[in-house]
Amino acid sequence: MKQAVRNRIVNSKGDTVYYIISGVIMSILLVIALYPMIFVLSASFSSGDAVSSGRVVLWPVELNLEGYKTVFRNGDILRAYWNTLLYTSVGTVINVAMAMITAYPLSRRDLKGRGFLMLVFTFTMFFSGGMIPAYININNLHLMNTFWVMVIPGALSVYNMIITRTFIQSSIPYEMYEAASIDGCNDTRYFFSFVLPLSKAIIAVNALFSAVNHWNAYFNAMIYLNDREKLPLQNIMRELLVLNEMNLSDLVDPEQAILMLNSVAVLKYSLIVVATAPILCAYPFAQKYFVKGVMIGSIKG
Amino acid sequence: MKSQSAFVKFRKDYLSKWRLYLFLLVPIIYIILFAYAPMVGAQIAFRDYDFTLGIWGSEWVGFENFAKFFRYHDFGKILWNTLSVSLYSLIASFPLPIILALILHSFPGKRYTKVVQTVLYMPHFISVVVMIGMIMQLFNPLSGVFGLAYQAVTGSIMPDIFANPGAFSHIYVWSGIWQGLGWGSIIYMAALSGVDMELHESAQIDGASRFQRVLHIDLPAILPTASIMLIMNAGGIMNIGFEKVLLLQNDLNRSRSEVISTYVYKVGLMSGGDFSYATAVGLFNSVINFALLIIVNYVTKRLGETSLW
Repeated sequence: MKQAVRNRIVNSKGDTVYYIISGVIMSILLVIALYPMIFVLSASFSSGDAVSSGRVVLWPVELNLEGYKTVFRNGDILRAYWNTLLYTSVGTVINVAMAMITAYPLSRRDLKGRGFLMLVFTFTMFFSGGMIPAYININNLHLMNTFWVMVIPGALSVYNMIITRTFIQSSIPYEMYEAASIDGCNDTRYFFSFVLPLSKAIIAVNALFSAVNHWNAYFNAMIYLNDREKLPLQNIMRELLVLNEMNLSDLVDPEQAILMLNSVAVLKYSLIVVATAPILCAYPFAQKYFVKGVMIGSIKG
Repeated sequence: MKSQSAFVKFRKDYLSKWRLYLFLLVPIIYIILFAYAPMVGAQIAFRDYDFTLGIWGSEWVGFENFAKFFRYHDFGKILWNTLSVSLYSLIASFPLPIILALILHSFPGKRYTKVVQTVLYMPHFISVVVMIGMIMQLFNPLSGVFGLAYQAVTGSIMPDIFANPGAFSHIYVWSGIWQGLGWGSIIYMAALSGVDMELHESAQIDGASRFQRVLHIDLPAILPTASIMLIMNAGGIMNIGFEKVLLLQNDLNRSRSEVISTYVYKVGLMSGGDFSYATAVGLFNSVINFALLIIVNYVTKRLGETSLW
């Protein structure tokens, strides 16, 4: 008894040290993750001069909205934003529908040939023809430079389908199907009246995963779209942020050029905020669904 | 009589389920058109692809395209760049989410843990384009906050990290960790939430400290998950984050940043468009990847640990 009490005291001292170290590590990581994001936000609301001279450290300095005004006046950016909204919404609906109609039959134990069909889908996760054959394929299907090339290739994410299947198998008991089928419910009706209403959580997971993917994608648009008017936001951002394709040639006055360069930095920060805010603002409300998705994914299906 | 019963069985097993197969019709057509058709199309790696003759009409050349890649004077360099960056990335980024999950799980202040989790997941949602754009802005030697801080501390202008070939792999790996650390820990948190609390209680009674319990209860509990993740990562060792490398790449750091997939893109779609050669290079990459996955899976299975299939 005495021994146990003594142990307890010793432990709690050791534990305190452990907790302090843990807390410090967590706080350091918090700052590393948060600081760049806060800085970008603050810089986007500051004056160009304050940003370039290093006076913006944490909070906005010389509050102004010049960057945002430039962003929202730019026709290219607005059109690209609209394109991204379109690709994301249509693409997400297609992704969710495809994941559900694939996962439902494959979740049914009484489906003959299920193992083989599953293999047909999962094999594509580990092996692919590669970039060039895919490109030739898109060309042969006459999808090049169309709206559909942004939503049809990748319509079915096999990973999301597996998560969905695992969810249906584990949360909707097979006995429910047996009972329904005795009462004369066929496989289609069972899907619409039972499976769909009970899969709201996994539909949310699917929708969120694919919306984020569509929103952030740039590569397919880069190789499959030729018209500038069809490009999504990420590709315009790539030109402005990464390739630095800014039209400064008509400026000869060096003083004005410096002024312009300063506001270009603010413009870039504003652009980053405008492009990222929708997802980062929506994310905390959807966090439990994202986490749920990853957790279901970790169960071997 | 026998064929009769076979038909009855067929009707019972397949025909009565025709609706289920109908559900799969569109997905199957999709997967054939967009996943298997390109695999068949990959045969142009063994042909001399001519647009006018098509995939099936072009002339066979055997392994000529592969041989051309092996003879290419930068072959060794590209292969080394691919492997070294992936290995560096795997070694640096694999253990960190595990450690983070152990810390988060054992921390008593649940509300603070929740805040830290929420914030650490956030970078995952930032696109690669924005991510690279942010690094370029923040580390700009003349106007970025880190560039200016460097100048303030050392008195000299910070060298441009994007012009330095040696910095490429570090930017690639550590920006990946910044984005993926929190997100990567979720899967381990899931495994930890399944640990039996009674184990902890009895260990506590035996006088184990929290740290000892982390080492001897929590860590073993997530090892199966960790080994699955290791198999997946090791299997994808040549699947470098191509979209990010392409964004980071410029003429100054190309000697270190040219990897197999960016090379495929360059010779296939950028300059001239040597489709057959680019496909061969890509196929070389996919086959090695697939083989690695199978080998790693086989080895872990043999060692009595978990496996993918």
